[in-house]
Amino acid sequence: MRITQGCFSFLPDLTDEQISSQVDYCLSKNWAIGIEYTDDPHPRNTYWEMWGNPMFDLVDPKGVMMELEACRKQFGDHYIRFNAFDSTRGFETVTMSFIVNRPKVEPKIRMIRQEVDGRSQRYSFETVR
Amino acid sequence: MNKQTEIKGKDRYKAGVLKYAQMGYWDGDYQPKDTDLLALFRITPQEGVDAIEAAAAVAGESSTATWTVVWTDRLTAADQYRAKAYKVEPVPGRPGEWFCYVAYDLILFEEGSIANLTASIIGNVFSFKPLKAARLEDMRLPVAYVKTFKGPPTGLVVERERLDKFGRPLLGATTKPKLGLSGKNYGRVVYEGLKGGLDFMKDDENINSQPFMHWRDRFLYVMEAVNKASAETGEVKGSYLNVTAGTMEEMYRRADFAKSLGSVIVMIDLVIGYTAIQSMAEWCRANDMILHLHRAGHGTYTRQKNHGVSFRVIAKWMRLAGVDHIHAGTAVGKLEGDPMTVQGYYNVCRETFNPVDLERGIYFDQDWGDIKKVMPVASGGIHAGQMHQLLDLFGDDVVLQFGGGTIGHPMGIQAGATANRVALEAMVFARNEGRDIKTEGPEILRAAAKWCKPLEAALDVWGDISFNYTSTDTSDYAPTPSASS
Repeated sequence: MRITQGCFSFLPDLTDEQISSQVDYCLSKNWAIGIEYTDDPHPRNTYWEMWGNPMFDLVDPKGVMMELEACRKQFGDHYIRFNAFDSTRGFETVTMSFIVNRPKVEPKIRMIRQEVDGRSQRYSFETVR
Repeated sequence: MNKQTEIKGKDRYKAGVLKYAQMGYWDGDYQPKDTDLLALFRITPQEGVDAIEAAAAVAGESSTATWTVVWTDRLTAADQYRAKAYKVEPVPGRPGEWFCYVAYDLILFEEGSIANLTASIIGNVFSFKPLKAARLEDMRLPVAYVKTFKGPPTGLVVERERLDKFGRPLLGATTKPKLGLSGKNYGRVVYEGLKGGLDFMKDDENINSQPFMHWRDRFLYVMEAVNKASAETGEVKGSYLNVTAGTMEEMYRRADFAKSLGSVIVMIDLVIGYTAIQSMAEWCRANDMILHLHRAGHGTYTRQKNHGVSFRVIAKWMRLAGVDHIHAGTAVGKLEGDPMTVQGYYNVCRETFNPVDLERGIYFDQDWGDIKKVMPVASGGIHAGQMHQLLDLFGDDVVLQFGGGTIGHPMGIQAGATANRVALEAMVFARNEGRDIKTEGPEILRAAAKWCKPLEAALDVWGDISFNYTSTDTSDYAPTPSASS
């Protein structure tokens, strides 16, 4: 099942050239890029593993693309995403996030229903392979 | 005796009737203080009524004045309690209409109460006989006053963190038909829309708890749909559960149930009233809930240029009162809205500081004192074929709601949702790449439609639909067309 987190998951998988064009956009806005990876795409899994700190003060997208290559070498069968951080007062969080690598076979997310009072259900999710 | 000069001393308090200007409600030399609330009214005085006296009357009737002199004023620091009209100027190109600026001392207002603010500013004055019509165009709310409000319970920044959605507008749709579906059928529409790619589905303003669908049934089926769609996509999803009801007690009951089912968002209508809105904001702050406001009813007083309250003022009040979403117009859809005027509303919702911008109807600098930002919602007669215009007009921080444009899709609701999501992502991607989406938009959409059948079908059905009517509420400073293609 295709996980559709991130802002470009409904487009065909991005080529490296396309990824680089989006990085260029982020750098032009002075956003720092952080690379993160995980094998658990649970919708509430907020903290993916960091591939180093977000890269501040970069001017050339090549720096990010090299790190992506290195990350792919080690975690090529994981999800990898780019997060762009905006430090502007009144914002100060991730401002853009998109998936740049997917595992060959994506896991499923199973919804678990727990009967509570009346007809109410308590819902939870579990990543299954 | 000069009718426009304040009378001082013993004569001021002789029993009888004085002109408002003579009572001290006009002061052309007044320099507003940083802590004053400022209001801009558009007034149309009756024939023969002097504009300055009319402005003074507005200041008087919205602060301390009554129709005659009262000696009890002298027990108070009346000079400071009097609002002061300090500037009057003709509205460009609209004979008989005047802009009048009024300053109010901060002491006149209770902290954190929109009800108190509005009881003063729009309480009496709009029925005042010497005026044919009056409209509240804009307000400057001093930071000292802004800080007495808690503002949006969540704010658009934290909303994005909670939803884990960044870098693009959010997508929604209103479940249709808005009346008549059973709970089970209703949940089906919600599931299809969310699974197809929308972030949110939405109850409409008048779906509460009618004979065809009890509210608990709707909430139960909708949350089944929301969670199932979440599992199918790996994304956080939501559906605005409308908790609008006849009493606060009932609204709290419904909101509590929404929370117990795990909803991330609840919804209210503007017609519940300012105090009820502030109470629901309190509830949402205590319960980690996003609060969606549907501006039901606003058109009765915001649309006509010469009388009522501008929506930009309502938006300011609602940012203080504390809502996370507010419907703020589409400019290109089926409902009233001149593009630049609508952009002005969006700026009121989203900026930390609004500079004066007459073309967008912003008459005062407004410092928001770090109060959270409201996510504007564009809803009403918009479709995938307008994606480039919507993104160009409103940027990323907006919820784009395609109700008919999702549910009416010839290949089904999921396909309708997918068409919208693909159109959106393709347009954001192209903009970031540096393409000029305003002119290349249709081409970008057609290119995406080559590999996305649902988008192709959407463009074939709706590509040419536009709503080209002249707007009623337009800027007085630069005529802007409300064309939508």
